[in-house]
Amino acid sequence: MNSETLIPHAVVVDEVRADTPDVKTFRILTREGGKPFDHIPGQCAMISVPGVGEGMFSITSSPTDEAYMEFSIKKCGHLTNWLHALEPGMEVTVRGPYGRPFPVEDELRGKDLLFIAGGIGLAPLRSVIRYVRDRRENYGDVQIVYGARSKEDLVDYEEILTEWMSAPGFTVNLTIDRAEEGWDGHVGFVPNYVTELNPDLAKTVLVCGPPIMIKFTVKGLSDLGFKPEQIYTTMELRMKCGVGKCGRCNIGSKYVCKDGPVFRFDELGELPDEY
Amino acid sequence: MLYLKAEKLDAFLARAAETRKLYVPVDSEPGRSSYREWTPGTAVSRGLHTTRSAKDFFFPQTENLAGFRVEDKKIRVIDPRAETEDFAVFGVRACDARSFGILDKVFLADPVDTYYENRRRHGLILSMSCRRPAETCFCKNFGIDAAEPEGDVRFTDDGDGWYLEALTEAGKAFLDPLADLCEDRDPAGAEAAKEKTREIVDRLPLNDLPVGKFGGGKTKELFDRPEWAELSEACIGCGTCTFVCPTCQCYDIRDFDTGREIRRFRCWDSCMYSDFTKMAGGNPRLTQKERFRQRFMHKLVYFPENNGGEFGCVGCGRCLASCPIHMHIVKVMKRLGEDENEQ
Repeated sequence: MNSETLIPHAVVVDEVRADTPDVKTFRILTREGGKPFDHIPGQCAMISVPGVGEGMFSITSSPTDEAYMEFSIKKCGHLTNWLHALEPGMEVTVRGPYGRPFPVEDELRGKDLLFIAGGIGLAPLRSVIRYVRDRRENYGDVQIVYGARSKEDLVDYEEILTEWMSAPGFTVNLTIDRAEEGWDGHVGFVPNYVTELNPDLAKTVLVCGPPIMIKFTVKGLSDLGFKPEQIYTTMELRMKCGVGKCGRCNIGSKYVCKDGPVFRFDELGELPDEY
Repeated sequence: MLYLKAEKLDAFLARAAETRKLYVPVDSEPGRSSYREWTPGTAVSRGLHTTRSAKDFFFPQTENLAGFRVEDKKIRVIDPRAETEDFAVFGVRACDARSFGILDKVFLADPVDTYYENRRRHGLILSMSCRRPAETCFCKNFGIDAAEPEGDVRFTDDGDGWYLEALTEAGKAFLDPLADLCEDRDPAGAEAAKEKTREIVDRLPLNDLPVGKFGGGKTKELFDRPEWAELSEACIGCGTCTFVCPTCQCYDIRDFDTGREIRRFRCWDSCMYSDFTKMAGGNPRLTQKERFRQRFMHKLVYFPENNGGEFGCVGCGRCLASCPIHMHIVKVMKRLGEDENEQ
């Protein structure tokens, strides 16, 4: 029998990191201790707990993380509640990778990059950020604007402080929605902060976050003079198969699982407003 | 050309059923027929309007995709696939025969759906020309010739029997050992029978749908048309249209605990259902209007856009006959096909 994409593989949860009160990062290995499969930043995989369900999650580690694969997952429903109860050594199933990645080896090469993320929206971008940091010579300056509800809701905060802020050519701008004790950084919503920062119009933008944040951020960027062709985002709709056959994640004629999840804004502009 | 007399059909089917399962349309109640496995004595329906299409044999309503056993914290993944037995479906009309080309474009596209592919490899389509189309038939709009259906073996009905043509290698391998039950006749008779079918089809009432108003690239023109609200107003979201449709292929994947193992199965799903696109974070198709629109935009615009212009409808008419509120693709096409300034 030929291999069948809908039949997943059992993998081991090697490590569970509590990032925020409702986000955990899961490190996944094969039983032999290796990486389950290769991917390109922006691609996703189906994770399941047999008997509970299966869901599509972006792969948050980078292809340059050769020893493992990671997923940062927010607790927000039935399956993710179960995933959050997993302990190291337990198994889940995985299949993938699926979808069109960020064009890290094509259009993004040599560009100054502006990453804009809100909340768990950092998860898919972290794969690109780590990739760019590991292949530093292939990209220009990197600016990361990241916001969350509060300091404790910033995903990957330790990694941001210890690795990203010190990476050569990296600038990191953090913001939280409301002022709080122990925070002397910026306070305010991401879209407004981006406008305040007034980024250089030559940058290529990668944005991900809640739909409302993406909407206002892109409007702000557009007002500053950015063109839709310069802006990439990654979409999320309900999926079952992950390969464009079960019929539910389409926006117009495009399937988010296979034609996306990464879209350029000029491409999205061609699609009906149904997401 | 091979010709099978009507009175030889039983002998033909009996011989065919020796090597494979054979499914034939049977009159199940007045005005309705459905596919049944042929056994000696089965009376084959000559009406051929099966309530459900032959899709069911290749893409069943439910099927197991995988199994899991959790043993000692470890998950054992079970591959339930096995080679399907050979089978044949007899009496497939031109519309349904075309539907497999449409399903193939979905299921055989990379990555191939091996469950479907397995059944396609083992299942023969014995198609049949139409002598008695229904008033709900509109296949001609989509370029389908009811006189020359696709399939592995084509049966051309002349009222007294059938002219037989193998259209594929598999069809030839099936037909050759049955040739002694047939007689040899002038192919001109088959051509005459086909012309007769075309004459009948030409008199059908739904042959002039505004097909040209639909197709790839029409999203912007059609998506925001105000008529969607009115057309979808009475839709109760029952999903019947999607279940009887020979080209609808949306499915759900779910897990079921049998007590011995977890079964992961897929079952038909419907874009007409309210939870079809529902996520923890919201639903992009909140009301029945959006779900209704999705179904018709998919068949008439999105599918042709992705598949070289081919429509996702074959005009079989089942949704016209089965919708409890009498709303269907023909009404949608007629209404949206009117120029906006004509209203």
